[in-house]
Amino acid sequence: MKPARFDYHRASTTLEAVALIDDLGEEAKFIAGGQSLVPMMNFRLARPSALIDIMHIGDLDSIQRDGDALVVGALTRHRTLETSTDPTLMGGFALLPTAARWIGHTPIRTRGTIGGSLMHADASAEWCMMARLFNAQLRLEGPRGRRTVAADDWFQGMFSTAADFNELLVEIRFTTPRQCGALAEFSRRHGDFATAAVAVAFDVVDDRLCNVGIVIGGVEGVPVRAGEAETLLEGASVGAVDVDGAARSAAAGVAPMESEPREAAYRRHLVDTLTRRAIHDALATGVQ
Amino acid sequence: MVTLPTSGESQQWVGQPLQRREDARFLRGTGRYTDDVPHAFALHAAFVRSPIAFGVIRSIDVRPALEIPGVIAVLTSADLGHATLTGFLDRDEFIKTAMPILANERVRFVGEPLAIVIATSRYIAEDAIEAVSYEIDEFDPIVAMDDAQRTPQPIHDEAPDGVLVDLRMFNDDELEEVLATSHVVVDETFRSGRLQAAPMEGRGCLAEWIDRDDQLVVTVSTQLPHQVRTGIAQALGLAERQVRVIVPDVGGGFGFKAVLGREEVAVAAAARILRRPVRWAEDRLESLTASFQGREQEYTVRAGFTEDGVLTGLAADIRCNIGAYSAFPFTCGLEPIMAATEFLGVYKVPRYASRSRGIASNKPPSNAYRGVSRPQIVMVMEGLMDRAADRLGIDRVEIRRRNTIRAEDFPYSGPNGITYEPGSYLEALELCAAQVEAAGWRQRCEEAAPGFIRGIGIANFSERNAYGTATMGLRRMPMTPGFEVAHLAMDASGDVTLTSGTCSAGQGHETTFAQIVADRLGIAPDRIQLRQGDTDLTSFGWGTFAGRSLVIGGGAAAVAARRLAVQLREVAAQLLSVDADDVELVNGHARVRGTGASISIDEIAKTVHFRSHLLTDREEYLLESHGSADPSGMFSNGCHAALVEIDAGTCAVQVLDYLVVEDCGVIVNPLVVDGQVRGGIAQGIGATLYEEASYSPDGQPLAGSFMSYLVPTAAEMPPISIHHLETPCYQTETGVKGMGEAGTIGAPAVILSALNDALRSRDAWLEHVPVTPADIQRLLALPTKMESS
Ligand SMILES: Cc1cc2nc3c(=O)[nH]c(=O)nc-3n(C[C@H](O)[C@H](O)[C@H](O)COP(=O)(O)OP(=O)(O)OC[C@H]3O[C@@H](n4cnc5c(N)ncnc54)[C@H](O)[C@@H]3O)c2cc1C
Repeated sequence: MKPARFDYHRASTTLEAVALIDDLGEEAKFIAGGQSLVPMMNFRLARPSALIDIMHIGDLDSIQRDGDALVVGALTRHRTLETSTDPTLMGGFALLPTAARWIGHTPIRTRGTIGGSLMHADASAEWCMMARLFNAQLRLEGPRGRRTVAADDWFQGMFSTAADFNELLVEIRFTTPRQCGALAEFSRRHGDFATAAVAVAFDVVDDRLCNVGIVIGGVEGVPVRAGEAETLLEGASVGAVDVDGAARSAAAGVAPMESEPREAAYRRHLVDTLTRRAIHDALATGVQ
Repeated sequence: MVTLPTSGESQQWVGQPLQRREDARFLRGTGRYTDDVPHAFALHAAFVRSPIAFGVIRSIDVRPALEIPGVIAVLTSADLGHATLTGFLDRDEFIKTAMPILANERVRFVGEPLAIVIATSRYIAEDAIEAVSYEIDEFDPIVAMDDAQRTPQPIHDEAPDGVLVDLRMFNDDELEEVLATSHVVVDETFRSGRLQAAPMEGRGCLAEWIDRDDQLVVTVSTQLPHQVRTGIAQALGLAERQVRVIVPDVGGGFGFKAVLGREEVAVAAAARILRRPVRWAEDRLESLTASFQGREQEYTVRAGFTEDGVLTGLAADIRCNIGAYSAFPFTCGLEPIMAATEFLGVYKVPRYASRSRGIASNKPPSNAYRGVSRPQIVMVMEGLMDRAADRLGIDRVEIRRRNTIRAEDFPYSGPNGITYEPGSYLEALELCAAQVEAAGWRQRCEEAAPGFIRGIGIANFSERNAYGTATMGLRRMPMTPGFEVAHLAMDASGDVTLTSGTCSAGQGHETTFAQIVADRLGIAPDRIQLRQGDTDLTSFGWGTFAGRSLVIGGGAAAVAARRLAVQLREVAAQLLSVDADDVELVNGHARVRGTGASISIDEIAKTVHFRSHLLTDREEYLLESHGSADPSGMFSNGCHAALVEIDAGTCAVQVLDYLVVEDCGVIVNPLVVDGQVRGGIAQGIGATLYEEASYSPDGQPLAGSFMSYLVPTAAEMPPISIHHLETPCYQTETGVKGMGEAGTIGAPAVILSALNDALRSRDAWLEHVPVTPADIQRLLALPTKMESS
């Protein structure tokens, strides 16, 4: 379990990182916290010819407010987000620190970055779900300049994203704050990737739910939105939310990756349960 | 029968909750494990492993690998003279097959070593692995035990039907008649999944040929130093003396290291061939998929009961998936023999018959894993009790009570031919049942939140351990384990060095052995140093497994200590001009009873070493002794109870609370006993709810890392309360019984029992482990008994 040979480069600016990778070609890879890449290299499932260490780029480790939006630098550690609970900064995004706590174990959270997680694009990754839930705009820096991709267009299939090999993810802009939100997850063992996870967020205006988002992680190859269930809840009065209907519709709407029928049935059952729990919990956050 | 400790000898250290002496170094990371042993010149080994489960090797081409800078050698089976290891039993029902050190002609599981690469670093060695090419013609693999019937190609030609061992040790002509006339017959099939012991430290070794000593020195992480020596010597054609096995700290064994692996032999062979030091430390992928596994078993049983729930007879057909090879030295007969022989546990079963088979498959070989078959047989026996209780409408504790071997039955001889020395089987059951009531578990079951279901399980069982040569001889291994010899030497400053052929894998032997010796010498345990794990330093011994170390190794140490005490008293008597019979050893002094005269033991030691001319009456010099022990083997026993909760929403199972009643005879150190119980339960919970070394139908391992092989963490552990009973066993002088496996043995049975209790409204039973959330979902989806009636 030792990686194949690779060269190591250290970039100190975004431009340098992009220039380096453009130069080194498709076989090279950025390395951020290394919490996904290094295990894959050790199994020799990934064998980059060169690593470009981006952890020393100074200005990508920050959490800022830009009006409604929360702007997070790609090198921000999971742990930094987990401990960012200042309501003036995190207003409308209080679910992000909560979600961070579900990522692996503390040592992993102190190394792993939000950018690495979104680039790795595991379907059950908390940041991938949050990106969809809060309609993130992902900003890429490439040899031909900058571009921005919406979270809904980001995930292209299992572990694959809209980014090109020579593009550096620099910033994640969560655009739609919501008053209420919750994440319900299940993994068999503490600290593991979720077997399934459901995140729910909405606003409550005049006692009615609006801007409802429901994202399901870990069940399909990418995090998916439960569109029908969202519609069902949109406009519902707080006292009469059809939790049952939403949960059933979310469960019916997923196409689990598991081919084994019992496992697939189980995933559906989990989605039903977690949707239920997430809606209940989200409603409770509104009460506070 | 051995002599008991003489009265008047104070037992001040045995029984004390002494902090383990080992803990400071283990917890600070200053222990020394095999891969920590420095060697400036060691080369690194890595193995080319088969990606194919079953096939014929057409060719292996190592030349491209040799061109990589830093690669020293790539050796295949022929380079090792087609060396093999053969673990066999000398009995008709056992088919002898060899395990080549490196695959020869055939590959029989994914991960089987085809070649060993030696390079200047492990990185380069792994590059070289990729450069070796080979052609393998594939056969359909045998993965599940039933596959053997439909595949024409046998794994070993010697066993066309795939059955390597077929034991019919227990027969009873009248059993069928008895079952036919029994009030009820519970007829069930139980299964348990394949496991890996997953010690923190995987296997590893460092081998070097030393010309000066004409010796191959092999530092290795093992539970069996001397058997590793024998195996390496046999495989490489060396005399025993020419192999020295050194075992530093071992980071967990659990039976997984009660074996000699082919990798250690290959590394030793490479070191000898190249005359250069070679080291190897397996990575987790190798450990999980290419080492040793176990526990994949199936039991088809029929148990007859009277109307009152009394067992009338039991028939069992036991099948163990033993993997591709018979492991050395305990063989693929290990699981089948244990299962058949010890099946009946704490219960009186008038009639018993069993057939017990070991079936080969294209998976890594099986070897001992903590408890060996007992976790299964207890799960089966307790499962039968629960089902009979349900069918007969008898309380679950009551039906166990009616069948349990009682105090007045001892010594009890069962139809399995074993005579049981006294235990506290019924007492443990009663205490455990009482504790369940006292802890308010019934109330807690009622209090489950909506959507959550709770249940209580109970399991009463025994753990046979410390098998001596008399018992081991019945197995008919070519080498019969069982005895231990201990040596003691007191040095000039009064400190004592004890050597033993047992070999700790982290259990705290340094602490507990010292407690036993300390009492007999009247000195503090910190004056006693245990040395183990070096075949040039200790007498020949049998290592550590099956709860034998403290019983047999500690028993031998007790004898040696008693003899050394005699020497100390005699010297003291000379120096004080009194009769040795009047001298007692207390608190570091030899004291004359009644007079108050005394001399310190340090002073005695100094005199013996530095002024021996004063001791004109002594025939011997120095202060040295030895002792040995070879008990036939004994049963410790215990009763576990668990309170579990099912979350109907996620179908997850949580063990909320856990109760243990444990009787391992005289307790030398309660901290160590409780630690063993807790660790064992953690592994039992893993086996029941989390872990499985699963395989695809084409024989590919699916659990190659800790992301998929789910070892439970502290977060999955329930609180555990432990209650002790002490029924001493004087097969050795200490009264100790072994107890290292009990936790692992009881947990699957008790959790399954609790789950079936929680699910009792459903007309279905869980009869396998591990239980996954998908299993729970399937049962929860069934109509409840009320709905269906
Ligand atoms: C035991 C364990 C448990 C875990 N559990 C969870 C969990 O429960 N939930 C979860 O979400 N994650 C989990 N993770 C993964 C963890 O969150 C990783 O930190 C994360 O997936 C990757 O972030 P990283 O910074 O470590 O990226 P790296 O591993 O360094 O890189 C990952 C990939 O992203 C690319 N990359 C990284 N940064 C950039 C960038 N800025 N621009 C372009 N490309 C980039 C790399 O080239 C690489 O392909 C776990 C990891 C481990 C080891």
